[in-house]
This record gives sequence, structure tokens and C-alpha cells, in this order.
Amino acid sequence: MVHWSAEEKQLIASVWGKVSMEECGAEALARLLIVYPWTQRFFDNFGNLSSPTAIIGNPKVRAHGKKVLTSFGEAIKNLDNLKGTYSKLSELHCEKLHVDPENFRLLGDILVIVLASHLGRDFSPVCQAAWQKLVGVVAHTLAHRYH
Amino acid sequence: VLTAEDKKLIQQTWGKLGGAEEEIGAEALWRMFHSYPPTKTYFPHFDLSQGSDQIRGHGKKVVAALGNAIKNLDNLSQALSELSNLHAYNLRVDPPGFSLQFLSQCLQVTLATRLGKEYSPEVHSAVDKFMSAVAAVLAEKYR
Repeated sequence: MVHWSAEEKQLIASVWGKVSMEECGAEALARLLIVYPWTQRFFDNFGNLSSPTAIIGNPKVRAHGKKVLTSFGEAIKNLDNLKGTYSKLSELHCEKLHVDPENFRLLGDILVIVLASHLGRDFSPVCQAAWQKLVGVVAHTLAHRYH
Repeated sequence: VLTAEDKKLIQQTWGKLGGAEEEIGAEALWRMFHSYPPTKTYFPHFDLSQGSDQIRGHGKKVVAALGNAIKNLDNLSQALSELSNLHAYNLRVDPPGFSLQFLSQCLQVTLATRLGKEYSPEVHSAVDKFMSAVAAVLAEKYR
């Protein structure tokens, strides 16, 4: 089980409190599809992904981004039981969605960059460290039930 | 592959740093040591406390090398040739693309905190590709 210090929990919560889940989720997913275009392979039915502008404006991307980040919010509320929280989602990503877990790491890193661009200097090095740990643990936990 | 548009965006972005390049280098390193503690294993000879002269000095070196690479985007292999030798034969940092990606992430976070919305998806993509290209060149001679 991962240990979270009180400081880490506080840093994570304080950043979470300052951002719009919908905005950040949409932006993070859009950036994933733009910066790592091969990830578009998972979203064939999303419609127009032909350019950064199309991707950013795509309503399915926005909606899905929001979903992903809402799920992140669940993780944050359950830091002491991530395996339990993500057990079903992990199975889903393996058995139905067939997503290579490497992509979770990519999305996590992008989310950190999105937070940095929104929060500016407030996204201090210690904040970043807590969040890099969080996205790393989430990625690992999502891969946990792969078989 | 870096497109003409990517190259333009990279040069423009670097141009916006307005002399803060050294601070940015030091900050990127500091963030990297915090978020990825194993990277400190390459600096046992450094004073790694906040604001240390060695971190500032090294940050300055790294940023100067990147700045040079940016002036030579059409020929990265040649521009980074010496550094490529250094990393392969002396430093032997864990294969670039592994450890260097941590520096890339932290440099991008540093840039994003300063540029905010200007660190647009297109800029993000160009910079990410650039850092990957740099890492690839630095890794060329590993074996």
C-alpha cells in the first residue's frame, strides 16, 4: 500500500480545489491526442480528430476528458484504497478497451503539465512532486488487474 | 519528426523566456530532483540543497546546450555530437528516453508555469518532440 504523508495529501487536495475538473480533463485528453497522436487509435468513434483545433473543440473529447478526471477525483478521495477503487476500471481497460498501460503514464504527465499551466507559480516543486507521485500511482493501479 | 511549424514554435517559445533561461534550468533540475529522487544518484558530488550554486551552474549548462540545439534544429546530430559522446562514454546516464524524459517533463512543467495558456497544445507538442529528438541524439552512441 502506498503511503501518503499529511503534506502530500494537503498538496494534492489544495491543487484539486483550485481547478475545474471539466476544463482540465478536456484539456489533458485533447493534449494526449495532439502530443501523442498514436493514442487516437483508442478513439476511432470520436469523430473529427484531424487537427489540434478539431480535437480541442470535439465534444466527445471534452466529455470523455471530464469522465476521466471525475474518476481521478474518486482516487483523491480514496488515497488509502486505490486498488479497491480502481479494480473494476483496471479490468475494463484491459479486457474491453485493450489500452496499453503506458498510455496512463503519458496522460498523467500531461495532466501535470495542464495543472502547471493553469496554476503558474503556485504549482510549486513540492506540489509537482506530490502530483507526479499521484499520477504514477494511479497509472500503476490501473494496470494492476491486467492479465 | 520536427515540422517547420514545430521549429518555429520552439524558437518563438525560447524567445519568450526573456533572459530567465538560467533560472529555468535550475528550476527544472530542482523539480526533477524532487519528483524523481532516483535522478539524484547521478549527482552524489553536488550540493543538492535549494538554490545551490552547483544546481544553478548545472541548470545554466543544460539550458545553454538546449539553446544551442534550438539554433541548430536542422542538424541536431551534429550540434549535440560532443554531448552525445559525453553521455554515452562518460556520464552513462540511464538510457536517454528513460532518465532524460524526467528532465523533459520538469522542463515542460517549468515552462508551463511561466507561460500559462501560451503553453498551448501545439507548443507543448513541439517542445515534447524536440526534447525527444534531443534525447535520441544523446542516446545514439550508447551501444
